[in-house]
Amino acid sequence: MDVTFSVNGERVSLDVEPRRTLADALREDCGLTGTHLGCEHGVCGACTVLVDGQPARACLMFGVQADGCSVTTVEGLEGEDGELHPLQEAFVEHHGLQCGFCTPGMLMSALHLLDTDPGAGRETIREEMSGNICRCTGYQGIVDAVEAAGAALRGDADGPSSS
Amino acid sequence: MKCAPFDYVRAGSVEEVVKVLAGSDGDGKILAGGQSLVPVLALRMARPSVLVDVNRIPGLGAIRPVDGAVEVGALARHSALVAQTHHPLLAEAATWIGHTAIRSRGTAGGSIAHADPSAELPVVAVGTGATVSVAGPEGVRTTTAEELFVSALVTSLGEDEMITSIRFPQPERWGFAEFARRHGDFALVMALVAEVDGAVRVTIGGVGAVPARAAEAEQVLAAGGTAREAAAAAAAGIEPTADLHGSVPFRRAMAAEMVRRACARAGID
Ligand SMILES: Cc1cc2nc3c(=O)[nH]c(=O)nc-3n(C[C@H](O)[C@H](O)[C@H](O)COP(=O)(O)OP(=O)(O)OC[C@H]3O[C@@H](n4cnc5c(N)ncnc54)[C@H](O)[C@@H]3O)c2cc1C
Ligand code: FES
Ligand code: FES
Repeated sequence: MDVTFSVNGERVSLDVEPRRTLADALREDCGLTGTHLGCEHGVCGACTVLVDGQPARACLMFGVQADGCSVTTVEGLEGEDGELHPLQEAFVEHHGLQCGFCTPGMLMSALHLLDTDPGAGRETIREEMSGNICRCTGYQGIVDAVEAAGAALRGDADGPSSS
Repeated sequence: MKCAPFDYVRAGSVEEVVKVLAGSDGDGKILAGGQSLVPVLALRMARPSVLVDVNRIPGLGAIRPVDGAVEVGALARHSALVAQTHHPLLAEAATWIGHTAIRSRGTAGGSIAHADPSAELPVVAVGTGATVSVAGPEGVRTTTAEELFVSALVTSLGEDEMITSIRFPQPERWGFAEFARRHGDFALVMALVAEVDGAVRVTIGGVGAVPARAAEAEQVLAAGGTAREAAAAAAAGIEPTADLHGSVPFRRAMAAEMVRRACARAGID
């Protein structure tokens, strides 16, 4: 089936089998392997992408359903010259990752969180990020990283607020 | 874990959905948010030959107040239920559904049709006495939530029928309480106490095959009993089963506590 959608601002047209998930379409057909697949049934969050600005499990959507949509993946975070997004910087800085398998989903969930709630405190961050599973870090570094990225994006000179 | 092959139809209208379902000899399935159906397909617990995608049907996502109730279109996302202010109970219950990325896709119609006994919206539907509009080959019929839920994951919907909207009465007062291992996980037990048309209804989810009214607890409250007495009556009336998340006594105790909390939140001591 023919579908056309945009990924990170670029238009793609594909001929996909209906049963191909959006995650597989991104990875196999678009070559965007940043979106990871852990469980393939909606539980782990590794495949989280933004579809028309809303976070979605790319393993629970079929590629054909993305027709006409605008999809943002972890590859879309990098800046014009390839510089890291403040969230990525913060994950590096605060040990927000070890093996990195969960990281793309973490970043996309965090991106949506900081977009919708720029002042999110630690409790909110913990709550929102609980939809993404990490086997390595113990989550502390992830919460620290999202908090620091929030502060950086807000332009707070003093670093994370104490809320 | 990949789904078995299927034909995909993107429906433009409810009539088209019903037509495709009727033409697929019981082997067609509606695809709404996909948050329950796609895992089932990926695990190959079902292999429908046709999926009818209802996501692009216009007008089915509306949430609007109608005399004494709020009508929720089948395609209203859980995130929209959280955001709306017409029906505070629905908003509160929806915050308990999964995580943000689940709520941004999952729909009210899908949740009701999936009939998971641990899901929030079916409990709110039974607990408020909701009515459900169902489109089929003979037109639209109305049924009650209590008639809809037959057993775990089983409803009285025909294979060629589609839920188009759910009408949730506005309770005069209510309290909702849930116990889950983590917020976002399916509930081990939840309780809703809601006064609708002057009668206090007590509904428990997560412990039986369907969300069920706790008749004994309702009688206790109607007779002027306390929240603790109602909680004890509700817990005595359920038949929980043990699994790795908890023993029978634990579940019974949790059911009692959730009923007590729901009563307290509804202003019943
Ligand atoms: C990780 C995770 C956690 C979750 N946690 C929770 C939770 O805590 N609480 C909770 O309640 N749910 C939870 N869910 C499930 C979620 O709420 C689903 O959105 C919901 O159960 C199904 O809605 P859907 O729109 O996604 O339906 P789909 O998955 O598209 O469909 C589900 C079923 O309903 C049928 N169907 C869909 N729409 C209609 C209709 N209009 N008429 C007739 N039949 C229809 C489909 O054919 C299918 O059989 C979770 C899901 C995941 C993946
Ligand atoms: S791979 Fe999609 S949620 Fe785990
Ligand atoms: S860094 Fe390894 S799973 Fe999270």
